Amino acid sequence: MNIKYLKCTATALLIASLPTLAAAESAPTLVATDTVFILNSLLFLVGGFLVFWMAAGFSMLEAGLVRSKNVTMQLTKNVALFSLATVFYYLIGYNLMYPLGTWATEGVLSGVWGVAILEAVGVGRDGADDYGYASTGSDFFFQLMFCAATASIVSGALAERIKLWPFLIFTILLTSVIYPIQASWKWGGGFLDATGFQDFAGSTVVHSVGGWAALTGAIILGPRIGKYAKDGKVIPIPGSNLALATLGTFILWLGWFGFNGGSQLAMGSIGDVADVSRIFSNTNAAAAGGAIAALILTQVLYKKPDLTMILNGALAGLVSITAEPLAPTLGQATVIGAIGGLIVVVSVPILDKFKIDDVVGAIPVHLIAGIWGTLIVPLTNSDASFGTQLYSLIVVGIFVVITSAIVWYVLKALFGIRVDEEAEINGLDISELGMEAYPEFSKG
Amino acid sequence: MKLIIATIKPFKLEEVRVALTELGVKGMMVTEIKGFGAQSGHTEIYRGAEYAVNFVPKVKLELVVDDGMADNVVETITDTAKTGKIGDGKIFVLDVGQAVRVRTGETGLDAI
Repeated sequence: MNIKYLKCTATALLIASLPTLAAAESAPTLVATDTVFILNSLLFLVGGFLVFWMAAGFSMLEAGLVRSKNVTMQLTKNVALFSLATVFYYLIGYNLMYPLGTWATEGVLSGVWGVAILEAVGVGRDGADDYGYASTGSDFFFQLMFCAATASIVSGALAERIKLWPFLIFTILLTSVIYPIQASWKWGGGFLDATGFQDFAGSTVVHSVGGWAALTGAIILGPRIGKYAKDGKVIPIPGSNLALATLGTFILWLGWFGFNGGSQLAMGSIGDVADVSRIFSNTNAAAAGGAIAALILTQVLYKKPDLTMILNGALAGLVSITAEPLAPTLGQATVIGAIGGLIVVVSVPILDKFKIDDVVGAIPVHLIAGIWGTLIVPLTNSDASFGTQLYSLIVVGIFVVITSAIVWYVLKALFGIRVDEEAEINGLDISELGMEAYPEFSKG
Repeated sequence: MKLIIATIKPFKLEEVRVALTELGVKGMMVTEIKGFGAQSGHTEIYRGAEYAVNFVPKVKLELVVDDGMADNVVETITDTAKTGKIGDGKIFVLDVGQAVRVRTGETGLDAI
């Protein structure tokens, strides 16, 4: 994804400088500015509601991979975090992410603090914020969904033991400050963008950020009771509903077409529409590659395929292609995704060795595959360099780990972030909410 | 009266029910259970970590029949539930002291 407002299609710029009639007569194949504005905005809106639907995907994936005694809590966190992200991205995040050149510290911190403001009702050519490009409302809607997706990543890793309210306070700080500030460095035209860092739809800006915040939280929070035996042996805690987990994965897969396709940020020319089509196909190919790789590797390693790993593999494939979904061929996209799938199968047991308890595999999928996707961009995009990619993801990583750790430790000191032992054993549904997701199973 | 408790492989339940009904059995209780016997357990892998499955799923039948019918019932269950492979289950036969039909208060053989 490139910088808002600065990326207009060449066509749109050309047209905007010519009288409409003359353009229509001399170059009938070119698209009128009105149409470009409408098509670009439409791409943001369709992309945005697809990315919105990923909130449902995360909810179902997590509901399926936690035990039945924690399902209500996991769903509560997902709907609450999405809603809070909506409010706080509006209040602070949007302008913090897009300073439009008004920096408090050049390229690092936005100088615009205030609520997001949309165009007036029934706005015309003259009143539109950027007539040559797209409506502000469509851009806000689209960008908000990315911010919310970042917060969704965190909830799965910390499931089954974190308290509701401290988690939600973290969500507020992540979506209003942490995510927008680092996103401004790339997508707001900040210092990482100036270095030539390439991150099309956010392997680093979205997925690694969610992953770093999840990793920091999982370490500070500690593993679930009973996950690791005293001798260090890993004790599996199977998820309660793999049908829901699979549904969630397919919903995320669908949403990703909006996530990556919408990040073309323009649909007003043949070239842009062809690119969006290419991105859809590559995104799908990478997911398939990731799923197949995990299917085969778990069969070889464990003698039986592991569905939860296959689902994680598909998602890792999607994260891997997110940094550059346009340039690769279909074959390259499949291989990039497949390597993402292999990374997940290998890294889940490694996290367990360090006793980092990630309930749904969010850290391997979003962080480790996100790093892989960011670093492989130079293979297919000659504008990217390995050094810049590495530098950028390290900068973002350090920023998110430090800010997240501060927030987690402050919350821990103020309220405690973990439920007590009895509440955890009884399940958060009963102890924290007094409501079970599947009451008939126990009450008849 | 005898109480016959039989643990069988779950997929054999319907076959056993039909066979016992044909024999004249008028009722039975069925529970889904887990347990282990000679079959003991096995190991599985979830997300890269191995774990032991110590109990395997079975279905438990409980039925009370007239003394004279007990041997027939046991034989029918044995014949029907048998696959010849490990884990076919076990049958226990116990004496029953009394039986009461709640609706009418009938006792003994009249109650079953």
